[in-house]
Order: sequence, then structure tokens, then C-alpha cells
Amino acid sequence: MTEHLLSWITFLPLIGMGLIFFVPSTNTALVKTIALIATGIPFLLATWLYFGLFSKTTGELQFVERVDWISGIQAQYYIGIDGLSLPLVWLSTLLLFIGVPASFGIEKSQKAYYALLMLLEVGINGVFVSQDYFLFYVFWEVMLLPMYFLIGIWGGPRREYAAIKFFLYTLAGSVLMLVAVVALRIDMGGIEGMQAPFSIPEMMAKAKAGLLTGAHLPFGGTLLGMQFTTWVFWFLFIGFAIKVPIVPFHTWLPDAHVEAPTPISVILAGILLKLGGYGMIRACFPIVPSAFHEFAYVLGVIGVVSIVYGAFVALGQTDFKRMVAYSSVSHMGYVLLGLAAMTTWGTTGAALQMFNHGTSAAVLFLVVGVIYDRAHHRDLNGFGGLSQIMPKYWALTTLGFFAALGLPGLAGFVAEAMTLLGAYESALPGMKTLVLISVIGIVITAAFLLYAMQRVFLGKLNPKYAGYKDMTPRELLCQAPFLFLCVALGIFPFFLTDVMRASIDQWMATMGG
Amino acid sequence: MGLGAYVAVSGALFALGLIAILVRRNVIYILMGIEMILNAANINFVAFNRFGSMKLDGQMFAIFTIILAAAEAAVALAIVLNVFYLFDSIKPSEADLLRE
Amino acid sequence: MMSLAFDPATDFKLLLAVPAIPLVGYVLQIFLRKRLPHGDKLLTLGMFVVMCLTVYLGAKGLHAAYAGERFFHHSSEAGLEFGWLYSTGTVPAAQNLVMGVLYDPLGAAMLAVVGIVSFCVHLFSIGYVHGDKRYSIFFANISLFTFAMLGLVLADNLLVLFIFWELMGAMSYLLIGHFSHDPGQPFFHRWATWACKKAFLTTRVGDVLLFVGIFILWDKFHTLRFTELWAAAKETVAANGGEFPTWLTWAGLCVFGGTVGKSAQFPLHIWLPDAMAGPTPVSAMIHAATMVAAGVFLLGRMYPLLSPTVLSVVTVVGATTALFAATIGTTCYDLKAVLAYSTISQLGFMVAAVGLGGVVAGMFHMTTHAFFKACLFLSAGSVIHGCHHVQDMRLMGGLRKKMPITFACMLICTLAIAGVPYFAGFFSKDEVIKAGFLKILDRRTFDGWSLYALLALSLAAALTAFYMFRLIFLTFYGEYRGNQKQHRFSAMLAAEGVEGPDPNEHAAHDDHGAAHGAHDDHGHAHAQDHGHAHGDEHGHAAHGHAAHGHAAHGHAAHGHAAHGHAKHAPAPKVAHVVHAEKHDEHGGHAEHHAHEPHESPLVMTVALMILGLLGIFGGHFWLTEPQNVFNAHPWFEKLVTPTTLYGEEIASWCAPEPVGEAAVEHFEHLEHAAHLDALIVSSIVAGTGILLAILFYLVWPGIPGRIVAFLGQAYTAVRRKYYIDELVDATVLKLTWKLTYFQKWIDENVIDGLVKTVGALNKFLGVFAALFDKIVIDGAVNAVALASQVFGAAFRLVQTGRIQQYAAFAVGGAVLTAAWLILA
Repeated sequence: MTEHLLSWITFLPLIGMGLIFFVPSTNTALVKTIALIATGIPFLLATWLYFGLFSKTTGELQFVERVDWISGIQAQYYIGIDGLSLPLVWLSTLLLFIGVPASFGIEKSQKAYYALLMLLEVGINGVFVSQDYFLFYVFWEVMLLPMYFLIGIWGGPRREYAAIKFFLYTLAGSVLMLVAVVALRIDMGGIEGMQAPFSIPEMMAKAKAGLLTGAHLPFGGTLLGMQFTTWVFWFLFIGFAIKVPIVPFHTWLPDAHVEAPTPISVILAGILLKLGGYGMIRACFPIVPSAFHEFAYVLGVIGVVSIVYGAFVALGQTDFKRMVAYSSVSHMGYVLLGLAAMTTWGTTGAALQMFNHGTSAAVLFLVVGVIYDRAHHRDLNGFGGLSQIMPKYWALTTLGFFAALGLPGLAGFVAEAMTLLGAYESALPGMKTLVLISVIGIVITAAFLLYAMQRVFLGKLNPKYAGYKDMTPRELLCQAPFLFLCVALGIFPFFLTDVMRASIDQWMATMGG
Repeated sequence: MGLGAYVAVSGALFALGLIAILVRRNVIYILMGIEMILNAANINFVAFNRFGSMKLDGQMFAIFTIILAAAEAAVALAIVLNVFYLFDSIKPSEADLLRE
Repeated sequence: MMSLAFDPATDFKLLLAVPAIPLVGYVLQIFLRKRLPHGDKLLTLGMFVVMCLTVYLGAKGLHAAYAGERFFHHSSEAGLEFGWLYSTGTVPAAQNLVMGVLYDPLGAAMLAVVGIVSFCVHLFSIGYVHGDKRYSIFFANISLFTFAMLGLVLADNLLVLFIFWELMGAMSYLLIGHFSHDPGQPFFHRWATWACKKAFLTTRVGDVLLFVGIFILWDKFHTLRFTELWAAAKETVAANGGEFPTWLTWAGLCVFGGTVGKSAQFPLHIWLPDAMAGPTPVSAMIHAATMVAAGVFLLGRMYPLLSPTVLSVVTVVGATTALFAATIGTTCYDLKAVLAYSTISQLGFMVAAVGLGGVVAGMFHMTTHAFFKACLFLSAGSVIHGCHHVQDMRLMGGLRKKMPITFACMLICTLAIAGVPYFAGFFSKDEVIKAGFLKILDRRTFDGWSLYALLALSLAAALTAFYMFRLIFLTFYGEYRGNQKQHRFSAMLAAEGVEGPDPNEHAAHDDHGAAHGAHDDHGHAHAQDHGHAHGDEHGHAAHGHAAHGHAAHGHAAHGHAAHGHAKHAPAPKVAHVVHAEKHDEHGGHAEHHAHEPHESPLVMTVALMILGLLGIFGGHFWLTEPQNVFNAHPWFEKLVTPTTLYGEEIASWCAPEPVGEAAVEHFEHLEHAAHLDALIVSSIVAGTGILLAILFYLVWPGIPGRIVAFLGQAYTAVRRKYYIDELVDATVLKLTWKLTYFQKWIDENVIDGLVKTVGALNKFLGVFAALFDKIVIDGAVNAVALASQVFGAAFRLVQTGRIQQYAAFAVGGAVLTAAWLILA
């Protein structure tokens, strides 16, 4: 069983989806049960993988499955994980699993909803385990469609606008990515004795050996005066950057978040955004390391702009969910900054930040969902004094806010500290200045979260809301795992760093940092 | 395997797509049918390219088609959503405003 | 019999138990709130154990010090180390961040202080917070705070210290905001909601600077452990030819930035007076004795890394803060506000002492200050409790007969803070001033900044004695004024010659110039974007006192009277009278002033008495020569010296000992002179301050009013706290909001606008194509259509409007065509 474990984790939800199709749409209880089981088993398997089977001492790929798939283009079914992808796989199975009970409040065509949710999980996990670029791209696109429908059908009043914006934006990114992938494939195909031209590890190896320069393309190594690697780098980078999202490609995110139903927002912020960062680590930077080193400073600048700008714009929001969405933009900026630094701590910090933001963003969106379910609006200025009637809700929100603003002892701090320490010690000129600018974001982040805290929870209670019930057990249970992770990883960050260490070493070696 | 096999698969795919377009009552299936027909054409492109004396032209056409298909899917899905809000259904048999 | 020798194997376990007890208490209290009926008593018991442990372990330190042994322990001796942030294998192992426990003389002293104060505060709170709706949460939070403070003291490296440092900030936020969750607390309700945020954000500015300092040190040294940092600094300076490199100066300034934020130094002091919105035990614990002292503690830990430039800055900032906060302190009427400014001023003393090279003096003052200031705050809490939550000293008076124990404790600690000989504060303040004299008497170290600092500190010491006795006389002497409902202000106002109440009272009042303007601008800027409600709320939230106090009036004047803040700001008269709100035991407002003040219950006064005793003996309980009070070395100086703090090597580098007989003699002569001068100066200033207070407030009560009238605008400026809150509002906050709205505008209009433009362009192309389609192509088609209408009639049967049918026709046609092509 363990040799196909990854395939099981990836495709079990697909079986669930198939089963759901055979259930009459009136029997929603059975649909929910199937969904719970079909997401729960992958979560258990991933947990087993994380804590039991995975070897922390090697940075090589593990649990590799590799068979020929489309022999015409030499695409392979090539999957495997290392320390960088395993935490994200685990997080995504957890998020999707929690996503099911978090969705129990949804009434509209539940059968289709859960089926799409299952499909989404297949796409996400597929991306994290793929080691073949063709497979990667297929999973990447598989993920897009369910998301489109989940926002477009189950979303808020402006769902169509948001869904189409999301779809077109991401599609634009995918097209750029596709062009780059095809170019890479053609170039790889020209190398002597190449058996698997789509394989990502092969690409890394060839890039490191200096063979991946576009020499086998019709136009040779340069196009319009720019290096082949530069083209590939920017095409892939923009493709992934849209997903992260970083300024200035972020405007789909607030709209998508505001319109998406709560569990979808949670999944979107918790794991979909990480696909962008993961994509950069796995399938962009190590494939064109020369271009990366050339533009690392630019990436650092973009990251810092995201941090500071995202925080400021969040401070100006009056919609609770928009504010949280912009906080995601700000927090994901750290990922870029840490990667641009090209230091071990910076990279570790970036990888940690992806995971930790997944937990804290999940908490924040669940928090917004709780109040939206009751008040049916999210205007920050429309609340006040809620802590008087919903003390549990207030307590959990406070914890979530503190985790998001990087309070030491909670998960966010470790990632921020490692990222910034790593970035500050970077050999890259100008990086120190960037770090000094980015710390403004720390203050502003605290400002907008506490300002929101004051407006929603403190002060005079609006009598309109006096009858609200505190959080239900279901809501508590949905938040509990993420809050637990926020606290646990803040105190024991080595649960994550231990798994990542060897792989990050190897990654740094590949990058020639 | 010869060219014939590819053309046979392509033909079968085309026929399946066509049947889907003609008989299914759900626009989503019809869209899928269209995608199948496009892909049947893609198979032909690639197959003839492989067995012909061309360089990579067939593949280029196929990629072009894929991108086109993606764009088409985006537009079509938008239409479907609009149709759904107009007729409260996505069965093509109910969307018969073309008669007017 | 327990041995007083330090045994690493067992004692480090005890040390770990010290912070663990409040942590466990916190967890139990949070999760078993309902099922733990005596959680408060259990926690207090736990804190009692903590106190005993810390004092016992501290005694070991003293024992060693008196035996002449070096007392400096790191938990690696006992094999207790905790790898926290790992780096990886390919880089040097030094990159891994390992946590341990550092237990040195300073840590021992501070730990014992924190243990004692937190036990007293817990004990006091049982009585003070009794009946509060969020009683158990209060206890939980204050325990977690204690955990963080104890952890900070035991931290062996800068990042761990920073972790606990921030954790304390968060707990401070929650505890200042304690009343903001309870609608039964109308006064705090308005103030606490933003005071907690202001405190957190202001200190966070300092914290971020400290964080940057950590970046610089980590980048250069790749270690954050204090002992290694000291050694590395020494090496770096030696390698740089005896000069501090510029980057190390910057690092020092950044670290000092952390102190400025946490220890409420100018200009980041603005949060501390507002932090008084929290319950009084919290003010005593966090905002007087422990958390604010953490900044000074940090300076003590980092002293060898501070370059002469940094020390000059530290001196000037500390001295300025000490003086200017003391001047504000003389004008406040709110009991807690006086103490808040007094705290800021005393922290300025400690900081300046470090800057003047008297790191031991600074730490000593931090220790004694923790005792007497905690006692003062708790006594103030007892007074407020006894007076049913009235805080205005003009409504007190004559309480010494009604609350004798509180009076006694408060008097003792006032004597201590004023620097009266033989009380705790005397020894430490004397040391601070001595450090100044030592620096300016020696020709080699003399500089203008030190002279300025010495003058400022002396003046501040005089003012301290003055305002503290003013507090005592207003509160405990004269007649009780709380019942004079109608005329309660007239006498005082006439005496003061001012109109309008104290700006520290957060009451709506009339005369407020510039600050109000700034606030209003802001409110309007907001209102344009977000409607009135938002503007109003914002003014309430992000502006200092003045904005808050003035909001009701300001909006009325601008026609916004109907909404938001204006509604729940009480009428001015009420706001003056009632500083606080219902206390569950005492029923509604109306009855408050009918009550006579009463002494607090035993559980509170016991805590006062413990701290009061330490206010007397805290400075010298271990004197070796009790007969020679003025020249003997107090216990702290025996325990903590630069050598015991940093080790022989570093200490001799920081403060070089004189070499050669003549030099030693000269140095001893200097020290003697400095000691004598300090003794004279501090006695004179304390005496002057006390004498002035007696003259002004007991003998000739008319004098303050005449002085105020004479000073005029200058007095108003001091009373308005030099308009610093208003300045911050008008500059920093305004700039922040301008930036925010500017960037939000860019986001909505430029970036998203670009996206939307691309979409619109595509749409336009579509529309254009449709128009072309309609006019040109459709025109042609229409012409044809006319002709085909005839055919159309025939084909109408086929026109079902169903796409699938059309498709079927098309396929059929294609098939027919193909058949014809093949067959033909």
C-alpha cells in the first residue's frame, strides 16, 4: 500500500466524487457522510505519512511513483514528495477535511457542491505531488474549474463578476505558464538521451549543468534581445505570482474572497494561495536559477511592496473579509521576500510562512464567517461590543488576530522572524534596506487588526445584535485545529522545520545560492 | 501502430462528441462534446504530423487549438451562467428564443 | 536545612518551575473556568509558591555574593538547553538558535522582585476585582503576564527575551482593555476600547526597532546569546581600533528604541498614561513595577554593546523624560495619572542612569522602584476602591483617618520615592545622581550631556518629592470633599485659577484649541470616504485623549451631534464627578457619593503592608554596616556589580578600572566626592520638594492658584501634556491615514482600474463587432431576408429554436454532402 500512498491520497476524493454522483440529491446526509470520509481518509493517510513514514534525513524525493503516461510527448505519471511539499499536502488534506463540516450550512444543490469540493482536492494535492511538468499543468487546470463554479454558484451577490474575474485572471497566468512549459519541453527534448523531458527534477539537473538555455528552440537562446531563461522565468513567475497573489496581480483576490462562501474562502486563502509560492519554489526558480539570481532583488522589492502596501490597503477597508483578504496579500509578501534572500533562514522562513499563513488565514476567514452567518453583513463599522455577548468568539478571534499579527509564541512570528532574519543576512545588495522598509508592515498589520478588533468587539453593543448566540460547537470544532496549530507551531516550530531541513539544503544547493 | 489507428480514435472521439451535442439535454455536456470534437481534430493534427514529413507544425496547431478551446470554454461558461439566470435551467431545449 | 549554595542540577529545575506555575495556572483557569470555583485563590497560592522560590533562589545569589563568589549560571551547566529554531546542516551549527536559562545576579534580583510584586498584586486583586464579570479571565491574563515577565528575566538570549517581551505587550493589551468588554463600566467602556490599542501599537513601534536591532546583531554576530554578544562586541571593537563601528551604534540605538517603547520614554511615552484605563492592580503590576521596567532590564543586559554615542542618546532621552514627566505630574488631579507620570519620570531616572554609566544604579533603582511604585499604585487602588471608584483627588481629602493602613503604606512609599534618607528609594536615587557626578567630576569623561542630565535629574527629583506630597496632602489631609456635590470644584478652581477640569480626566470640556482642530479635520476626511459613523468612530479610536475627550463637543459644533460618540459621551458635569462606574457591590451611581469612604478588606491591605515594608527596607535590608547608613553598600550593590553582571573581562572593558597607585587614589577620591555631592544634592532636592508641597498644600493653599495664574499659557501647555498627543495625531496618525487612503485609492482605481479597463476594452470590441454585425451584415441579410420571406414561410416548420435540432440538420447536410462527394 505504501508504494502507492501518494496516489491514494490524491485520488481518493475522486472516488468520493464518483460515489456522490450515485446518491440521490435529496439524501444530503449521505452526501455529507461520503464527503467527510473521502476527505478524512486522505487526511489520515497524510498524517501517517507525515509522522510515520516520511524520512526526515534525506532531501531526495520520497514515495516516488513513475510510469510512462503519454509516450508521444514523453509525459510521465511522475509523483513524489519531499520536505517542501509534504507539509503543504498535509495542510491541504486538513483544510479540505475541515472544509466539509464548515460547509454544512450550505443549502443550495449540495450534491454538486461536495462533488466539486472533492474535485478541488484532487487538483490541489495533484499539484503538490507532481514531479512531471505536464502532470503539474493538468492538475493546475483541474483545480481551476471547481473553484470557478464554487464561487460562481454558491457565492455572494456579485459572484459572477468575482468568479469570472478569478477565472480569467488565473487563466491568463496559466496560458503564460503553458507557453513556458512548451518551450522548456522543446528545449529539453533536444538534449541528447533525454528520456523524460517533462520531468521537473530533470529540468533542475539540466539547469544546474547549464544545459537548459533554449539552444534547441527555433530561435536559439535569445528572443527579442532577451535570454531564453529570462523569458521562461518571467512567464512562469507571473503565472505563479497571480496565484500567490502579489501586487500588482492581486485584485482578483479581494473580490473572490468577498463573494466566495466561507469554507471556500478558507480553502482559497489557506491552500490555493500557497500553490503560487510552492510553484515558484518547485517549478520556477530552480529551473531557471540564473535568471532568478539576476532578478532576485526585483523579487525582493515586489515582496516588500506586497507586505507594506497590502497592510496599508487592509487598514483602509471597511469590509471585514476584504480586510482579511488584503492581510493575505501582505503576509504572502514575506514568502517572496524570504525566497529572494537566498539564505537558508530566508527560504525556511518562506516555507514556514506558507504553512503558517495557511493556518492563521483559515482562522481569520472562519471568524468572518461566524459573524456573517449571523448578521449577513461584514461592515466593520456596523458592529461593536460583540465581546459582551459572544465571549468565546471574542477569545478565539483574539488568538487568531494575535497569530496573524505575528505575536511571538504563535506560528506567524516564527515565520516572520526567520524570513526577516534570513533576508537581513542576505548577501544581496540592498536587501537590508528592503527589510527595514518591510518592518513598517509589522506595525500596520497590528494596527489594522486591532482597529478591526476595536470596531467589532469592543465599545458599545449595538442593540440590534444583542440576541446573538455565541459560537456553536460545530464552529468551534472547525476553528480548533487551526488555532491549535497556530499555538503549537509557534512554540515548537521544529515540527515543521525538521521535515523541511534536508530538502531546503538540497534546494539551496540546486539554486547554487 | 499506423496512422489508421489514430484516425480511428479521432473518428470515434468525433462521433462521441457529435452524439453528445445532438442528444444530451444539458448544455455542460454539449460543451464537453464540443471539446471532444476539438480534441478529435487535435489528434488528427498530431497524428498526421507524426506520420507526415512536417516538423512540428501539427503540434503547434494543436496547442493553438487548446488555447482557443480554453478561451472558448471561458466565454461559453459565461453564456451558460447567463442562460441559467435567464431561463432558470441549462437545458437547451428550453432555451428556444432563437425561434423568434 | 536547605543549603544556600547554588546547585545547578536541582536549582535549574526550580527555576523552570517558576514561570511554569503561572503558565499552568493560566491554562487551568482558562479551560476549567466554571469548574474551578476557587481558581483565584489557587492562582494566588501558586504565586505564593513562586514568590518563595524566587526569594529563596535570590537569597542563594546574595549568599554567594557575600561569600565573594561569582554567581553566574547558565542552564547548560545542568544540560538544560532547548534547540528552538534550527538552521540546516550545510551552514555552521552556530546558526541554530538554542534557548537556555540565564541566572545571574541581575536576573536573581529581578526575578525575586517580580515574584514578590506579582504575589502581592494577585492577593490584592482578590479583593479589588471581586464581583467583576470577567473576574476569572482577569486572573488568567495576569497569570500569563507573570509567566511572560518571569520568562523574560530568565531568557538567555535576545530573541527569547523578545518573545516574552511581545507576549507581555499582548497581555498588557488584554488587561488594559479589561473594562472594555463590560457594559456595566460606562466610563472605562469608552476609554479602555482605544487605550489598549494605543498602548499596543505605540509599544510596537519600539518593538519593531528592537527587532531591527536583533537583525543587525544576528547578521553580524550570528548569535543572540547575551554572553556571546558581549564577547563579540568586545572583539569587534578591539578589531576596529577601539572604536565602536557605526553599525554597532545603529544596533544599539535600535535596541534602545525597544526600551523607549516599552519603558515609556519620550517620545513614545504617550501610551502609559492611557494604560491607566486598566484595572488598578494591572497598573501596579504591568505599568509600574514589571513590564515597563523590562526596557531598563534590557538596557542592563545589553549595556556592553552600547557605544558612547548611544549612551549619550540614552542619557539625554532618560533625563528629558524624567524632567518633563515630572512637570506634568505636578499638574494632574487624577490619582492614577499622577502615578503614571511619576512612573514615566522614574523610568527616565533609570534610563539616564544607564546612560551615565551607572548601570548598577539604574538596575538598583528599577528594583526599589518596583516595590514602592507597586505599593503606591495598590494604595491608590485601595483609595479608589474605598471611595467607590472616584479617582479625582479634588473629590478626596481627609482620608487618613478613614483609611489608616492605606495611608501609612502610601506615606511610606511616598517618602521612599521622594528620596528621604533611610527609605528604599533614597539609596537607589542617590546612586543614580552619584553616577552623574562621577561622570562630570572626572575630566576624561565629562561632557555637556551628562551635565544637562545631572541638572535635569536633580530638578526632576525635587519635582518628584513635590508632586508626591501634593498627592498625599490632597488625598489624605484636609476635609473629605466627596460629598460636596454642588460646590465641590469651586474652592479648588478658585485656588487653581483655571477653568475646566483636568485633561487627564477624559471628560468632555470646552477649551481645546489646536488638538480639536486636528481631530476634526480628521473626522471629516474620514467622513468623506465612509460616512459619518466611521469618521466619528475613528476619531474616537485613533486619537489621543484630547480627541476622545473632545469628540462630543467637536461633533456637536460641526453638526454631527446626533450620532455615535456624541450620544454616549456623558454630560460634562457627570463626567467630572464620576470617574468610574458601578461597582457591583455598591449599586448605582446616585448612591456613590452618599457613601463614606472605608478602609479596604484585609486581603488588600496585607498586600499593601508587604510592599510597604519593602518600601522601607527594600534598599538596604542586607546592609553590612547598619550603623553607617549613608556610606554602606546596600545589598543590591553587593549582589550586582559590573563584574558580576558581565564577568571580569567585559566589565573591565566597559568601565576600565584605574591602573597605578596614583590613579586608584584619584579614582577613590573622585568616588568619595561624587558620593558626598550626590548625598547633599539628593537630600536638598527632596527636602525642597517636600517643603514646597507642605507650604503650598497645607500652609498657604492660595499659592498654587497664584502661581498658575502667573504662568498662564505655560501652565496650560504642561497641563495638556505639552500637546504631544495632539502632535502625534496631527503628524504620525494623519500621515498614516493619508497613506492608507492614498494606497487604497490606487488599489481601487489604478490597479483594479487597469484590470477593469482591459475587460472593458474587450467588451467594447465585442459591442463594436455587434454593431458592425447589425448594420452592415445584418443590413445585407435583411435585404436578402425580404426575398427569402417567401421561402421562410415554407421553412418555418423547421424553425423550432432548438440548437440541437439545428445541429442535427447541419450534420445531416454534411453527411449528405459527403455521400454525394464519395459516390459521385
